[in-house]
Amino acid sequence: MDLSSINPVLLFASLMVAATPILLAAIGELAVERAGVLNLGVEGMMITGAVCGFIVAVNTGSPWLGFVGAAVGGAMLALLFGLLTQVLLSNQVATGLALTLFGLGLSALMGQGYIGIKAPGFPDWHIPLLGDIPVIGPIVFQHDPMVYMGLALVGAVWAFLKYSRTGLILRAVGENHEAAHALGYHVIRVRVLAIMFGGACAGLGGAYLSLVRVPQWTEGMTAGAGWIALAIVVFASWKPARLLLGAYLFGGVTVLQLNLQAAGLAIPVEYLSMSPYLATIAVLVIMRAGRAPGSLGQSFHASR
Amino acid sequence: MMILEKRQQPSPIWSLATPVLAVILTMICGGLLFATLGKNPFETIRTIFLDPLFSEFAWYYRPQLLIKGAPLVLIAIGLSFGFRAGIWNIGAEGQYIVGAICGAAVGLAFYPANSALIFPLMVMAGALGGLLWAMIPGILRVKFGTNEILVSLMLVYVAEQLLASMALGALRNPEGMGFPGSRNLSQYPSAANLELIAGSGMHWGVVAAFVAVIFAYITLSRHVFGFQVRLSGQSPRAARFAGVNPGLLVLICMGISGALAGLAGLFEVAGPAGQISIDFNVGYGFTAIIVAFLGRLHPVGILLAGGLMALTYIGGEIAQSNLGLPGAAIQLLQGMLLFFLLAVDVLTHYRVRFGKVGVA
Repeated sequence: MDLSSINPVLLFASLMVAATPILLAAIGELAVERAGVLNLGVEGMMITGAVCGFIVAVNTGSPWLGFVGAAVGGAMLALLFGLLTQVLLSNQVATGLALTLFGLGLSALMGQGYIGIKAPGFPDWHIPLLGDIPVIGPIVFQHDPMVYMGLALVGAVWAFLKYSRTGLILRAVGENHEAAHALGYHVIRVRVLAIMFGGACAGLGGAYLSLVRVPQWTEGMTAGAGWIALAIVVFASWKPARLLLGAYLFGGVTVLQLNLQAAGLAIPVEYLSMSPYLATIAVLVIMRAGRAPGSLGQSFHASR
Repeated sequence: MMILEKRQQPSPIWSLATPVLAVILTMICGGLLFATLGKNPFETIRTIFLDPLFSEFAWYYRPQLLIKGAPLVLIAIGLSFGFRAGIWNIGAEGQYIVGAICGAAVGLAFYPANSALIFPLMVMAGALGGLLWAMIPGILRVKFGTNEILVSLMLVYVAEQLLASMALGALRNPEGMGFPGSRNLSQYPSAANLELIAGSGMHWGVVAAFVAVIFAYITLSRHVFGFQVRLSGQSPRAARFAGVNPGLLVLICMGISGALAGLAGLFEVAGPAGQISIDFNVGYGFTAIIVAFLGRLHPVGILLAGGLMALTYIGGEIAQSNLGLPGAAIQLLQGMLLFFLLAVDVLTHYRVRFGKVGVA
């Protein structure tokens, strides 16, 4: 084994890239859960986003349009979840699982003709001045635009929930839907919009995998990333700032194990590949989750 | 304007009718899907749902129905206990894999000895393996309050890696010329889970599935444990007052589902699959979730739903080879079925009224 072959600067730089898909999916799910809805279908929406984004990007040649397509695809699938759980009042846990199974089948069917094709290139930004700083420049300021988009989205959701009036309404709906309804807020409407936002974010996260990280389409390529995003939301106690920590921690473990595999550590590859999942479990155990939104996972039906 | 009105009691008629309605809706939407894929919808639907039972090659497909249905029913019966009590074991796929690894390891350890005790030992090891794997999320939930959905699911990915490492390492066939995969258990008489009646598809896993159905039916309807499970699902607070120990209930429900999933894995590895290989698991653990819901978490319903799901697997394979239908279309059809089931379930709990309702 040759540990000196691991370059710490590259390690930290790829950590940011590895964390991005999960960060994108998790920030969407955070908004959904703050509105009181538990959508366990993140994995299904992510993989659908991955295939939609890939198809659009390959056919138009533009990764940007691909990301737009992925967001739309994810949001459409999420709308299906919204229809079932909010209008037809189905169980959110079961419906979320159904969404994942459905999304995996749908994406496999849609992506049939696209296996083995390479995605159009998505060049990194070399931010002038900042990108030239030694060590920090390559780690933080020389990535593709979606990395910064993910960070901006986390900031935007944080500000939205904390400072905006609409954010306050969303939190009210999530904490106590009966009270929010009594105050005249449209519980169902707020929730459906939040669910669609969550779907769009998950779609972006999936497309980041198929367009930037891999960049190819393979069946089942998300490999549990959506579930890890769900775990990170719990880890973050439903707070956007801590979400960053969780995503980078996970990204760190992923990148480190890949580097150790490449360096030829004496541990078999399979056991190293387990480590991100085991790390997620360990984090769930060690971190006592904060208080969940009061109405999380409950159906709302305005009785008359 | 459509308005939903909560029923005082869930409608018994609709609770039986909704699975049938969901299947019909799935056939209609599936037909539309097949039409967009350029296939004749009627022919495809007939191939999937009828040909395995009534075509000229049905003698070959009917035994397959038992072989594919048994693991689904076995796993779904186990899951139904937890789902009724609000304990969500989503990682049956992982428990299935670990049960198969443990059972196969015991069998391979005795190779090439001949004894009637080897197979029963393997069965026990398989159940124990699944049970212990399911205990991880169970104990973590009871001790640390972690979410069992996420932990059990993470363990599926861990189990898949473990399977790969076993197929490539510890359990690899020493006479296999370096190819991944273990010795073929179905060619090792003491460890093989062979057909009990030749040509019927009836193996020990099918027997276990039927026993599990009967056992679950009696437990849920006649035993106090079944009452506690149902009570905990409907009202956790009331269950606490009735003296139910919630932690113990979590462990027992996880244990039952894990053990049954492990058994399903063992019967599969010793029989139809034959060996531990990298792609040994085919998603029975996830399809069983659909089976459990489609069967309304009732043992008899699960038996019927398992049969139907097995039908779509076999019919899907026929449609794949005869009509060139993509395999993913069947997966999509199964997911669609669960969606429709959850959607029409609203009719069981709510009454639909049309027209304007004045302010009361």
